[in-house]
Amino acid sequence: MRPTLQTIRQQCAEQLLALYQKAHAGHIGSSLSCLEILVDLCFERMAASDVVILSKGHAAGALYATLSLSGRMPEAALDTFYQDGTLLAAHPPCSGAIKAIPFGTGSLGHGLSLACGTVFSQKFTGEKFHTYAILSDGDCNEGSTWEAALFAAHHQLAHLTVIVDLNGLQGIGYTKDILKLDPIADKWRAFGFAVAVADDGNDFASLARAHAELAHATGPRCVIARTVKGHGVSYMQDKMEWHYLPMNAVQYDQACGETRANP
Amino acid sequence: MRKDFSQWIEQFGRRESRLIFLTGDLGFGALENVSAALGPRFVNCGVSEQNMVSLAAGLARQGLRPLCYSIAPFAVFRPYEQTRLDVALHNLPVKIVGNGGGYGYGIMGASHHALEDFAVLSCLPNFACVAPLCNSDVAGAAEALFRHEGPGYLRLGLGLWPESLGALPAFQPVRQLLAARQPPKLTVAGIGPVLLNALPGLPENGVTDVFAVSQLPLPALDDALIRSVTATGQLLVVEEHAARGGLGEYLAAALAREGVSFKLHHRHAVGYPAGRYGSQSYHQKQSGLDPASLQATVTGLIA
Repeated sequence: MRPTLQTIRQQCAEQLLALYQKAHAGHIGSSLSCLEILVDLCFERMAASDVVILSKGHAAGALYATLSLSGRMPEAALDTFYQDGTLLAAHPPCSGAIKAIPFGTGSLGHGLSLACGTVFSQKFTGEKFHTYAILSDGDCNEGSTWEAALFAAHHQLAHLTVIVDLNGLQGIGYTKDILKLDPIADKWRAFGFAVAVADDGNDFASLARAHAELAHATGPRCVIARTVKGHGVSYMQDKMEWHYLPMNAVQYDQACGETRANP
Repeated sequence: MRKDFSQWIEQFGRRESRLIFLTGDLGFGALENVSAALGPRFVNCGVSEQNMVSLAAGLARQGLRPLCYSIAPFAVFRPYEQTRLDVALHNLPVKIVGNGGGYGYGIMGASHHALEDFAVLSCLPNFACVAPLCNSDVAGAAEALFRHEGPGYLRLGLGLWPESLGALPAFQPVRQLLAARQPPKLTVAGIGPVLLNALPGLPENGVTDVFAVSQLPLPALDDALIRSVTATGQLLVVEEHAARGGLGEYLAAALAREGVSFKLHHRHAVGYPAGRYGSQSYHQKQSGLDPASLQATVTGLIA
């Protein structure tokens, strides 16, 4: 029997927690924020030729775990995460060594333009595939993101879906206190995107409904996924510091325990 | 050079179906023929250089050969992080074409000048910066740019080759333009059309070797250049670029690695020392890069 997305999510969460624990590294909250978005794409939505670009490259742990479990990159590479000589740094690699990671990211505001170029190429090559760009709150601060949004709408890039992992936190505080994005759905709509909101972006049914709403869009699409940073680990949830902090042994055990207890 | 380039790229685009010409909403009076020839492969991205460069990276990743065109400072500096991260570090075949390098846009002011473009682009991995010497050099330079498989930059300016010197030698990263008839006393090297300012009077003095460098980083140091500097012991470098990171520093380091002992005389763009603005000629004069200043410099060095 095919495992449920929730079961897969649990496996990926355990994998990414283990990766960060072994590396004694941060970016855990950011990875847990978009994990369901990535699992939904890699196990439910994407065809083999489809492309995902993680503009919020700091959530690389979630990307690596999901790509690995879905067979898009060798699992053995995970063993080298964060180590000298690895292909897998804290942010996705630029080397092109892993085909499922077309672009190295980590500086915000690049992903949507890269996705636009990837999609726009179809006009000249005749190939057909869908490209998904996963953006963060911080990505939506960057001017280049909105340059790309203008381009996507002008050229009616119908094979492009932006997913905004909107957890309400960015660099050193809440988005609403730093640089307000609301009304964020209206902004994307005004820029010419077909927009659907997943009120619980950490819930697979909510994500599926949002994608389904956009199924017949004739131009670029945007799913606003209202997520929780550190989702699934009680002490990390909606806590800015879990962008940065590594776990200690007790915290790691608790995070694993909660992940297994709440599949 | 802009017209020469547009004629060349029109023809190149007709034979290279993967070429996608992106412009940051510039090219009035110069690119209409390119637009007509390339049709949908000519894309005006609007005034959004950051998006244009990353977009080009996306196109290149899918096997296309994009080119990003704008005025040099807008093509180089505004999207620099996109060029560094999305293009250079991924070693993608994206070409940046900047019109009006150096003080080329003259009275338009500092926002429209590009005095540090070679410095910031030539240090990026996999990048080749190409600078035609004169208008008739554009086709050869552009061919070289596209022969380079990785990312590259073409700096366009304006300059006429003096027919009195005979035929322009075919494009090479380093070319000897003039050989001394007597034992040489001075080696002159320059990049881009500003080198043409140094040429008047040099054939007559008979003791000056002149080299045009048209690509940075230098793929290799020309043997004739090494021999010349070894013999003269003094090198005058002429460039419409900031002192830091330009041809002078490249040549000084390369010759030092060869163990050549010489004195470097460097004429370069000095920026805006008086906070005043003018034509390209005005700024060249301020920098000692106009024909009269360069002739005086040469006269002093060979005396």
